[in-house]
Amino acid sequence: MEYVTPRFLDCGEAGLSVEFGDSVDPAINARVLALDDMLRAAPPPGLYETTPTYRALFLRYEPLEISRAALIQRVETLIADMGPASSGAPARRRWTLPCCYDPAVAEDIGEAAARLGLAEGELAALHAGAEYRAYMYGFAPGWCYLGGLPQALAIPRRASPRPPTPPGAMLIGGALALIAANPMPTGWYVVGRTPERMFAPERRPPVLVAPGDAIRFAPVDAAAFAALDARAASGETLARREDLQ
Amino acid sequence: MSARLLIRAAGPGVTIQDEGRLGLTRFGVTPAGPMDLGAYLAATRPVGARVGIEVSLGGAVFEAEGATLPVAIAGGAFDIRLDGRALPPACLLPLAPGSRLSLRAGLSGAWCYVALGARLALAPTLGSLAAHARSSLGPKPLAAGDALALDEVAEPPLEPLALSAPWLAPSDAPIRALLGPQEDYFTREAVETFLNARWRLGARSDRMAYRLDGPAIRHRRGHDIVSDGVAMGAIQIPGDGAPLALMADRQPTGGYPKLATVIGADLGRLAQLRPGNALSFRAVDWDAAVAARRAYFAAIEAGAQREPLCAGMTTESLLAENLVGGVVSAKD
Repeated sequence: MEYVTPRFLDCGEAGLSVEFGDSVDPAINARVLALDDMLRAAPPPGLYETTPTYRALFLRYEPLEISRAALIQRVETLIADMGPASSGAPARRRWTLPCCYDPAVAEDIGEAAARLGLAEGELAALHAGAEYRAYMYGFAPGWCYLGGLPQALAIPRRASPRPPTPPGAMLIGGALALIAANPMPTGWYVVGRTPERMFAPERRPPVLVAPGDAIRFAPVDAAAFAALDARAASGETLARREDLQ
Repeated sequence: MSARLLIRAAGPGVTIQDEGRLGLTRFGVTPAGPMDLGAYLAATRPVGARVGIEVSLGGAVFEAEGATLPVAIAGGAFDIRLDGRALPPACLLPLAPGSRLSLRAGLSGAWCYVALGARLALAPTLGSLAAHARSSLGPKPLAAGDALALDEVAEPPLEPLALSAPWLAPSDAPIRALLGPQEDYFTREAVETFLNARWRLGARSDRMAYRLDGPAIRHRRGHDIVSDGVAMGAIQIPGDGAPLALMADRQPTGGYPKLATVIGADLGRLAQLRPGNALSFRAVDWDAAVAARRAYFAAIEAGAQREPLCAGMTTESLLAENLVGGVVSAKD
């Protein structure tokens, strides 16, 4: 639910969370991203970093340079200029990422399909048939949280974490999907893999996808995955980008 | 002039750190950086360094090769020895080839910083040399047999000098914290319990999080929140009710409610606690937190005073001198 007016929550004397709502919702996330854009276009002196998440924008500031009251006043002015909440919050860009659902790389697809009462092929078709929204990065470098997972793929998380994920793992957990750029242990299920380098420290910026972007997956077989993986390793960008507005 | 720093021994968790990989949390990148920023700056500023070595309780032994290196040390009350000679826990010294500099856990403190008056010939990752082991960003932890290539070696001091950095004085005063951002996820009684309890730092504490052993803190409205950004020093209460203070290697976002956040001026004091040490918390408001921050950073800006070593001192008397001499500023 979106709040009538945003809440300002102290995260110590040098951190402020501007919270627009309490749920995972495209309209709330769009407000977060709109404020993020405005603050990054013209950051007030003393504001050093903004971190957009699902429903809140985290501000890291230096209170010896800008007071909490002055920072809140600036944010309130920007929010007033934003106008009423936009209902649709359409994506500005859409990415199509190759994704392989072969059990050879999609390590948990059999286990997840069994838990969901689906055939592996059905799970793959449902996952690849949906359009997702990138909400935020978090947890680890390049870990991109996606909304838009079909209801039929909502799955309880594991009681204890599985071993580190392979690079480019496509995860499902709860009602959400996630692209896990780098290997980490997780309680989610690996149901696919993209050969695309979702996070590359030498690239500027290090990620391709921005929060607010739409994402689709193009299924590829294991042989195509291996060939694409080699091309990505040589620095080629595999993802296709469409500008929608 | 080029030279090398040879790592002859290193316990687990001896890492290279700068001020952190800042500005990239929006991509899921943890800043890392020093556990105790004030101690890091006390060591790096006297030698003009932009990067330092963070030594854990496991200790480390260093030697110089090719040149006499200016070295500054500051942090917890570690046992510092140059060729067996005891030095104060904060000091500036010339490390000549063939000499052996050792740092071991001393009377108190968990982290000690070693900074060199030289440039480390290492390539930054995403603009930073801060090591973050979990995401494999930055240099690997240091180990025996490693050598760090150096250039632009500065003029070393003629002899070891003590550094007086009053902001590093140990203190048993409660760790000050601002309530929030999610104190409304807890009952009034749970917040009181958190503030009144005598906590102990848990054994499973590391650069990512310090576990607090004590009473369970119960949630009022569940222990899941929609993930949001996390500041260093956030006191997160997961489902089991055992608080975690999130430290330098924390994940940039989290999905558990955060009852309070330790103020900037007390983060170093919290970081320097060892597993088993007792601690308590005191709530302060934003104005008090900013006043403490102003005093803390003003002291750091003024810098550590250089003082001659007194002849004939034992390790114990040097350590005691530092502890007593350090308690000179009242910032509360």
